[in-house]
Order: sequence, then C-alpha cells, then structure tokens
Amino acid sequence: MSMQIENLSYVYGEGTAFEKKALDNVNLELPDGQFIGVIGHTGSGKSTLIQHLNGLLRATHGKIYYNGEDIYREGYDMRGLRSKVGLVFQYPEHQLFEVDVFTDVCFGPKNQGLPKEEVEARALEALHQAGLKEKHYRKSPFELSGGQKRRAAIAGILAMHPEVLVLDEPTAGLDPKGRDEILEQIARLHRERNITVLLVSHSMEDVAKYVDRILVMDDGKIMFDDVPKRVFHHYQELEKIGLAAPQVTYVVKALEAKGWKIDTDATTVEEARSAVLRALGR
Amino acid sequence: MLRDITLGQYYPGNSVIHKLDPRTKLVGTLTFIISLFLFRSFAGYLAAALFLAVIIRISGVPFKFMVRGLKSIMILLSITMVFNLFLTPGTPVLVFWKLQITREGIAQAAFMAMRLVMLIIGSTVMTLTTTPNHLTDGMEKGLAPLKKLRVPVHEVAMMMSIALRFIPILMEETDKIMKAQMARGADFESGGLVKKAKSLVPLLVPLFISAFRRANDLAMAMEARGYRGGDGRTKMKPLIYQKRDYRAYLLMLAYLVCIVLIGKVSPV
Repeated sequence: MSMQIENLSYVYGEGTAFEKKALDNVNLELPDGQFIGVIGHTGSGKSTLIQHLNGLLRATHGKIYYNGEDIYREGYDMRGLRSKVGLVFQYPEHQLFEVDVFTDVCFGPKNQGLPKEEVEARALEALHQAGLKEKHYRKSPFELSGGQKRRAAIAGILAMHPEVLVLDEPTAGLDPKGRDEILEQIARLHRERNITVLLVSHSMEDVAKYVDRILVMDDGKIMFDDVPKRVFHHYQELEKIGLAAPQVTYVVKALEAKGWKIDTDATTVEEARSAVLRALGR
Repeated sequence: MLRDITLGQYYPGNSVIHKLDPRTKLVGTLTFIISLFLFRSFAGYLAAALFLAVIIRISGVPFKFMVRGLKSIMILLSITMVFNLFLTPGTPVLVFWKLQITREGIAQAAFMAMRLVMLIIGSTVMTLTTTPNHLTDGMEKGLAPLKKLRVPVHEVAMMMSIALRFIPILMEETDKIMKAQMARGADFESGGLVKKAKSLVPLLVPLFISAFRRANDLAMAMEARGYRGGDGRTKMKPLIYQKRDYRAYLLMLAYLVCIVLIGKVSPV
C-alpha cells in the first residue's frame, strides 16, 4: 500500500507559444503512514506535483503507481483513486457551495455512492475531526469566519476517508492560533488513523515540527528528500532558492558562532530549548 | 502560468504589425472586411488573399494559430455553404428529389466560404498581434469624438478592459474549483442533460461568489487609488501615431483602390 512516482514530467501548454516545464523527471516513493512535508518557493512545481497524485493532471511523461497499480492504465478507476487520495486545495473554502455546512461536507461521501446514514455519520465525524463546533453545522458556509470555513472545507475531504491526505498550504491566511489548531488536528488524524499525509507549506517551523520527511522542490525537480534535520543542514542551499531553515536553527547557529558548545541541528523550539539547557550544563 | 496561456489569443512578437498603433490595426481590419464585399470576381479574391498572406507573413505568427480561429465558425460556415449550394437558382448540375445543385450555387458557396474564411482570418490577425488592453485603448481613443454626443466612451472602454482582464482570472478560477470538486468526487462529464446541469451547481455557486468578491475588491482598490472616471485622466503610455502607422494607412489606401478597380473592371 503506497505510491510510486517514476520519471514524472509535466509541461504546461505543450505545443503553444507558452510552453513551460512544471515538473522535470520526478522520482518519488510515498510509503504508507508517513507525514511528509513539501517545501519550495512559488512556482517550483509543488501544486503541480500534488495534482498528479489523484489524477487531476495527467503527466506528460512518466508513471504513477498506487498500491502497485498503474493509474494511467486503460480503464483505471480514477474516481476511486480520487476518493482514496484526498486533496485539499489552497484556500479550500472557495469551493463551498451548499445551503449549509453539513450538507456541503456530505457532498464528497455522497459522490462515493454511500448510503444516506453512512454519509451523514461520516460528515458528523469529519466535522468533529476538523474541529468545527456543532452550532455551526446548520449555518450557511458563507456566515462563517475564514478559519471556520477552512475547517468545513477540510472536513469535506476528511468525510471521504482518504488513505492519503494531501493538503496544499492548509494554513495560509489564518491567524497563529487557527494555524496551530488545524495542524494539530491533522497531526492527530495522522497518528490515530495512520494515514499518509502530504503537507505543502511555506512555514519551515510547521514543517520542522510535524513531518517525518521533507521534499524540497526547485524548478520542477526534487532537490532534497530527507528527514528534516538533514534537509535543514543545507540551509545555505535552501536560502539560494528562496527558502530557509527554521528560525530556531539560526538561533543555535548564532550561539555556536559566539563560542557556545551547542548542538546545532535543532529544528523545533523544544529541541533548541533542550540543546541550550545542555550547553549550559543543566 | 495558466494566466499567460489564456490571455486573449495574443501571440507575443516583435513584428511591425505588433508595433502598429491599435487604431491603425482596427481601421485596417475594418477596411479589409469591407473590401471583401466590394468585388465578385476571382481576381478580387486573389488580390485579397495575397494581401492577407503578406500581412500574415510580416506578422511572424505561425499560420496554424490563424486556422485555430476558424474552428469556432465551422458550423456557421457549413450552414452557409449548404444554403448557398442548394438554394441558388441557375443551371442544375445535380438533382435529387426536390433539391438541386446549380453551377451558380457551387460558385456562390465557394466564394461565400472564402469570404467568411478571409474575414475571420483577417480579424484573427488583429487579435493575435494586439493585446486586449491595447485594443481597448485603441477603441477608446478612436471613439473619443463620440464623447461630444454624450456616449460614455471612457466608461465603456474601462468596463471592457476590466472584463477582458477578468476572463483569464475567472477561467483559472473555474479550473481550480472544478478540480477541487472533482477531488470530492464530482462528475462533470457523464449523465444526461438534467444531470449535467445539476452537476454544474457545485461549480457555478462558488464561481459567482468569487466573481462578486473580486468585483468588490477591485472597486475598493480603484476607489482607494482615487479613480473617479475619465475626465482629466492621463495615460502612462499615450497612443501617438508613428511614421509606420502613416505608411500602413497609405498601404491600406493603395489596397482599397486596387480592390475597387478590380471590382469595376471585372464584374462577374
């Protein structure tokens, strides 16, 4: 049960004056149950890559295997794949359309052809998992605040019970509290249901805090693919492509430059804290 | 990325045709279209086709882009041809049941088709070599005298350029929402007419909302930057005729004279 991507390339507007290579020979393996972070500056191909995972974009070259099956095979059940690989787009609240939040969340499971009771049970569960309060369930999606809308939209995907959950900057434009809550809920979901999570993010802190593995994309290629500590070790290369290491990494490095004897591979605040305490001999 | 692809049909280039003042191109296209109806002889078609071919050559836009514009009128073209083919009176060539094809009908249909094709290609040359915004600018300036008749030229031009600006944005938005709903298992392709129409609700509702939101934001942003209509408004790049525009006008005049002469000399 996993996903393999082989020599994947994608060209936008092939054969026109505006041809642009968005993905260039990407090779990846996404094993089950991993929490993977995808970083890269704007236009590096992150969004293009994730749209291939559930077949919304068809690769110009290359192959994708889901659980060993070629998804470009003739007659492959693409709609089935889309319910197994849940994709939450950037600003997902822009896709809400139903009369109330609950009905909107039901849209996904209903399209999967489930019986009514099952659909409603899943919608309730998903709304709960997304952390939306019960008093909002019967409201029009357009009466909610930005953060609540975001939760409702994420619930719309969760209700489909995906095996792989892909989120494209799920916290863009939210306040710090809303951001932490949503990421916390995703992390809990990852732990409890053991689903694979792919998180596209611009926040190095978030990525360092939650994920087991980081993919760094640059110009349509995978530049690094490793555990967070080793990826952030290359912070100078990351800076060259418009990224950075988490801020605390810079703090411990600055301390080292001042003559402290300190571990410099801390990527989260907690790790930095214990590194500092250790360096102080406490 | 998608935005660049869908912005009108503009084909970026650096030819003389690209650089011409949009007013020149508008007048030129109009002249060409009118000229197509000034003759009825084969020589006239040859002259017009030759003129068009030279213009296309100069513009440097690959010919396949011109042909793309024709796809949209294929139906209209075939209907016109069929009607002309069967309903023109004259010497019959082929008769079955109550329908007959006449020699005049064949000629008429062929000429009509050529006229339509050239008409479309002629205007396609303009849209391929002029950005939509440039075109609206040209229209605004060209129609400025109408302001005296209280025609709101500036407002109409502004609305047009905003509409044009929004087409690629809304197309991108449509694409995004469609994909988002497809990720939730929506199906936009299969089913009958009713089912298809119903399946558009999850697309159209968010699209309308987003269009209203964008319109609201834009109105605010314009207000914040002090927009208050066309009076006394200056341009960053005012349109001024260059030498090449006058030359283009001369060329147009020469072409028009040729066509009129051909029409007079060989009226079929």
